[in-house]
Amino acid sequence: MAIGVASFNLLQPVIGNYFCLIDENMWGIIRQNVGVTGGLSSQGLGNHMMRLRPVASAMRNYSSATKEMTVRDALNSALDEEMAADPNVFVMGEEVGEYQGAYKITKGLLDKYGPERVVDTPITEAGFAGIGVGAAYHGLRPVIEFMTFNFSMQAIDHVINSAAKSNYMSAGQINVPIVFRGPNGPAAGVGAQHSQCYGAWYGSVPGLKVLVPYSSEDARGLLKAAIRDPDPVVFLENELLYGESFPVSAESLDSSFCLPIGKAKIEREGKDITITAFSKMVGYALKAAEILEKDGINAEVINLRSIRPLDRATINASVRKTNRLVTVEEGFPQHGIGAEICASVVEDSFGYLDAPVERIAGADVPTPYAANLERMAFPQIEDIVRAAKRACYRSVPMSATA
Amino acid sequence: MTLARRSSGFLKPLSTACSSSFLHRRPYSTDDTTTITVETSVPFTGHNCEPPSRSVDTNPKELMTFFTDMALMRRMEIAADSLYKSKLIRGFCHLYDGQEAVSIGMEAAITKKDCIITAYRDHCLFLGRGGTLLESFAELMGRTAGCSNGKGGSMHFYKKEACFYGGHGIVGAQVPLGCGLAFAQKYRKEGHVTFTMYGDGAANQGQLFEALNMAALWDLPAILVCENNHYGMGTAEWRAAKSPAYYKRGDYVPGLKVDGMDAFAVKQACKFAKEHVLKNGPIILEMDTYRYHGHSMSDPGSTYRTRDEISGVRQERDPIERIRKLILAHDLATEKELKDIEKQARKEVDEAIVKAKESPMPDEPELFTNVYRKGFGVESFGADRKELRTTLP
Repeated sequence: MAIGVASFNLLQPVIGNYFCLIDENMWGIIRQNVGVTGGLSSQGLGNHMMRLRPVASAMRNYSSATKEMTVRDALNSALDEEMAADPNVFVMGEEVGEYQGAYKITKGLLDKYGPERVVDTPITEAGFAGIGVGAAYHGLRPVIEFMTFNFSMQAIDHVINSAAKSNYMSAGQINVPIVFRGPNGPAAGVGAQHSQCYGAWYGSVPGLKVLVPYSSEDARGLLKAAIRDPDPVVFLENELLYGESFPVSAESLDSSFCLPIGKAKIEREGKDITITAFSKMVGYALKAAEILEKDGINAEVINLRSIRPLDRATINASVRKTNRLVTVEEGFPQHGIGAEICASVVEDSFGYLDAPVERIAGADVPTPYAANLERMAFPQIEDIVRAAKRACYRSVPMSATA
Repeated sequence: MTLARRSSGFLKPLSTACSSSFLHRRPYSTDDTTTITVETSVPFTGHNCEPPSRSVDTNPKELMTFFTDMALMRRMEIAADSLYKSKLIRGFCHLYDGQEAVSIGMEAAITKKDCIITAYRDHCLFLGRGGTLLESFAELMGRTAGCSNGKGGSMHFYKKEACFYGGHGIVGAQVPLGCGLAFAQKYRKEGHVTFTMYGDGAANQGQLFEALNMAALWDLPAILVCENNHYGMGTAEWRAAKSPAYYKRGDYVPGLKVDGMDAFAVKQACKFAKEHVLKNGPIILEMDTYRYHGHSMSDPGSTYRTRDEISGVRQERDPIERIRKLILAHDLATEKELKDIEKQARKEVDEAIVKAKESPMPDEPELFTNVYRKGFGVESFGADRKELRTTLP
């Protein structure tokens, strides 16, 4: 423990890149310290990073003009840099090579790294996911692309039984440094079989790490961390975010940049209510927060970034500050991520809650195609606003049941 | 003024068409059933079976029906392209133009008690099973008049009363499902068969071989129809399959390679297959076909194949043109009459689109219908569970 504290103090004047020199063991120790003592800032190290960044910038005289980058380019550049840095990293999936990627995430990689490292597969998820895991057993670092995570169901036995559980079953002999990535959740009008969110299913499996980037910086930092991680990572992207542009800091453009796995980010600080979200819903939560601000409700928005490990420390610390919580997700509500967050808060911070936890999730139905029904099937900004107001006891009377 | 024609390659010379006085020219027949024999474009190739003969019996009525129906299918798909570009159709839209002969030929050989199941390129197969243009366009635009009440979309068309089981989005999944339909048909001793359709991309799926093995073990009346349009999304068949001879991939299961652009070859093959499976268990039919559009409306279809290839197929092998030439060669109708049929198809499609646009979007309570056949009063919720909750019917 002492080591952890000492290391933590050393981090104070740190410059952004330093974080990547720390290995996973130290992260565990440091994280425990933050939670236990409570005396340190309870917002987690991720936010120390945020506050340190301006210091670093000043020290290095970075240009203050922020660059913008789409999530697509962020993912592409992360893949490119990790493939350049480690020859064991290879990409495998449908249309990743000659087609340049079904969503153009792997554009240009075939030309740069050749067909041995950018492998086009037939439409056979169970087969190539298994092949990827086998390659990882023997020391390679595959990045397996599922064209959408709906198709991962064809291969889910390999993700869970072959990848997630191997390190445990072999008592540490066989770790699986694999990344399964691709778009997750609903897109626009793609129907019941192409719209499911798999965050809750994969998030419940010990042995897996499950990451959910929102912004371009999240995408870059988390994908790089995922590829470098020695354990299987399920990397859930979002098709509608691929084309969105976000400002990116200078550090995040450095090829050694990565974000810690298991740390949420406070996207917007607030004191009246906590709203947790991930992926596309972070954008919706931020917009809901702006609307709530006009009504005098100051919302804190947490971008989960990681479903497994779930940053319970950050979430609980936030709820202890605000006393109210709304969880937001696109997936089915029963046994969802909001349910786990609610249980965690009830277990750790019950005395701090001033209102029941509110859950906003996808509707409890298969996804309809018709545009008006689809809109009802997924959270909209007004749903988040309404739930937040209820938690603040500022709501209008509830409408009658449907 | 009739000219004797045997080869299907000739077009009627313009002079003859013009000089045909209206006293001699009877209008094209819609119910003439005198037998005409046509030859398929190429002979069938068999794998572990004796291929059927190249000579196919037909009649003027059938020929005219083939032309009319295929023209309607072609028009529907082209109209769907425009609707997608105008954003009236959302999500995924996979078009079948070029492949019409497979649906038409198959329907000519079977009954509505035989089952068909396919993947997401299902609009024309739905029409072939008796679906209407209105149901099709309304579904594509997410309206209540759609075959799935607007809740399914392009990839999820069904028509249970005509034994059309969809409409599936996950590549390859429909193959075990189709073998299951065949299992039920055998279980009930129906004497009918199932055509389970898949593409060259799905042909490599493991579940196909699992289902095929069981179908063969249990002698199920399952006909696996591989619509080989040579590209699985953007990947050419030779890049995805060690052996792209899909009709041989059944190994111990017999197979037949068929020119899928020739409706009569398809008809003959399906007739042969139906008789075969009722006695001997499963068979694989590989239809050598082609799609003019890309994989879906998000795919230009020209990054992985040349425009010359596409126009070459259109010129040499177009299924509608083949029937047109046959009709003209057998003097069953004039070029003008055939053009009029195509104009009529266009008109029908346009009218159906107008009607479909008038159909409303589903009512909001429809969000919660059909989750179960029997709900037992279970609760369900909207995105905000305290705002919208209901009991499922």
